[in-house]
Amino acid sequence: MTLAGAPLRPEFERPLEPLVDAAPERPLPLAQRLWQRSALRKAVILAALALLWQAAARLADNELLLPTFTQTARALAEGIASGELIDKARISLALLLQGYLLGIGCAFALTALAVSTRIGRDLLATLTAMFNPLPAIALLPLALLWFGLGQGSLIFVLVHSVLWPLALATYGGFQAVSETLRMAGRNYGLRGLRYVLQILVPAALPAILSGLRIGWAFAWRTLIAAELFFGASSGRGGLGWYIFQNRNELYTDKVFAGLASVILIGLAVESLGFDTLERLTIRRWGVQR
Amino acid sequence: MSPAADVLPRAALPAVAHSAPREVEPTASATAGSALLQVDGLTLEYATHDRVVRATHRVGFEVHRAERFVLLGASGCGKSSLLKAVAGFLKPREGEIRLDGAAVREPGPDRIVVFQEFDQLPPWKTVLGNVMFPLLAARRCSRDAARERALDALRKVGLADFAEAYPHTLSGGMKQRVAIARALAMQPKVLLMDEPFAALDALTRRRMQEELLSLWQEVRFTLLFVTHSIEEALLLGDRILVLSPRPGRVRAELNAYEFGLHSLGSAAFQAQARRIHTLLFDDAAPGTAA
Repeated sequence: MTLAGAPLRPEFERPLEPLVDAAPERPLPLAQRLWQRSALRKAVILAALALLWQAAARLADNELLLPTFTQTARALAEGIASGELIDKARISLALLLQGYLLGIGCAFALTALAVSTRIGRDLLATLTAMFNPLPAIALLPLALLWFGLGQGSLIFVLVHSVLWPLALATYGGFQAVSETLRMAGRNYGLRGLRYVLQILVPAALPAILSGLRIGWAFAWRTLIAAELFFGASSGRGGLGWYIFQNRNELYTDKVFAGLASVILIGLAVESLGFDTLERLTIRRWGVQR
Repeated sequence: MSPAADVLPRAALPAVAHSAPREVEPTASATAGSALLQVDGLTLEYATHDRVVRATHRVGFEVHRAERFVLLGASGCGKSSLLKAVAGFLKPREGEIRLDGAAVREPGPDRIVVFQEFDQLPPWKTVLGNVMFPLLAARRCSRDAARERALDALRKVGLADFAEAYPHTLSGGMKQRVAIARALAMQPKVLLMDEPFAALDALTRRRMQEELLSLWQEVRFTLLFVTHSIEEALLLGDRILVLSPRPGRVRAELNAYEFGLHSLGSAAFQAQARRIHTLLFDDAAPGTAA
């Protein structure tokens, strides 16, 4: 007898046979695998931009206003060959690194204070609200007054440009660490600085890294801008000074070569420095895609 | 492993570390001095924006060495709060918690917690690193010794092959196994589990329950286990503390020594389950001691 509608079907069991003709996984085609590499995709974008530039410069046909890509590349190659650009870049980077590291140290101290005490939290909130919107370059006249013409003033504005965005990002990252992970850390008996270094910092690393990236970009642009301003009254300057000097002498291709160096160094730090750091840490841990 | 070997009858167990005689009688209580963990008149409160909520009201119980003690209750009965208080995360409003005679004041590595959430494993450490982490953080032993102990614990939970994997590549059940291995490697005085299997699918949960029982057969750790499942309580527990909701008060303390995977669906199992069900849901005594 069957129920109305559904027919009564026989039961069955089936032995499992080994898979022979269907492989559980197979490789992607070569083209798709190549296109998976972000370096290749980015190189294609850069090549397209260079092509566009070349076409626009040919169309404008005024090398004083817009030199072509090839002219700039030649000026860049000459600058590197003569060692002038390398020297300028070295001066800029050395300064940048000092300011950047000092800024990181200050940011870490401020956020460590902010996570451990309530008054530290208020201090961080107030200071970042006050100083984060203030462009670092606006402090340069004051810094020149205080520290004189020299590295001191530049480092001061660099620290200012790194400290606030990094402190904000780090603090935000610490706040976002899950309660379970915090409890697990305390359960292991971690406290104080060991707790911050072994639980909070690695757990907040995505936010910290993004803060470091932003801080780096701010510091780099502040430095170049400061050198444009500062270099006018000093004989020895970095890349900003190189750009400023060549504009005065109407070597527009060299101005472009200087700008290109700024961009290239920025790209190199992004892709070699930060991207590598990300790949080795947060991507490997699966906390960021 | 046959189900019968999984859970031996109580009488067959060697009486190691039991100074008090154990009786399978519902109202049996052990002598106070011998208990490993003593919770006395514990009142827990937590503050919200505009009020103070009482989570538990004068709850007391004792857990003996190598016992599997279950806190059972509906949500809102403060069982998780009780566990957090034993772990040292919550300060009692009233009462005291003593572990091995010493009052519990703060979190410490002698009471490792296995949480329900999968993010209890730091994602920046491999499976092996995760199991070694508390050993190193508590400065319990050298790096080499920690590695040995961690690998041993991972072998016990069947994850030795995944030692170098990162947690995000593991399934939920495997993550909980790592969390258990981490707790086992620490050899805590008491292992605290806060609904560790609640976020798993039903089949994985059953498997994890089996594995926990066979691990207990092997290691004989002291377990304090929080659950809202009557079946899980009967299956995993030796003794069950039934809590009433809002605020949590002791409704009953029952024995479950004789139940294991083999007794699922047996008449005695069903009867005890029904008894607990009645205790939890039919508030027969409206004027309960508040």
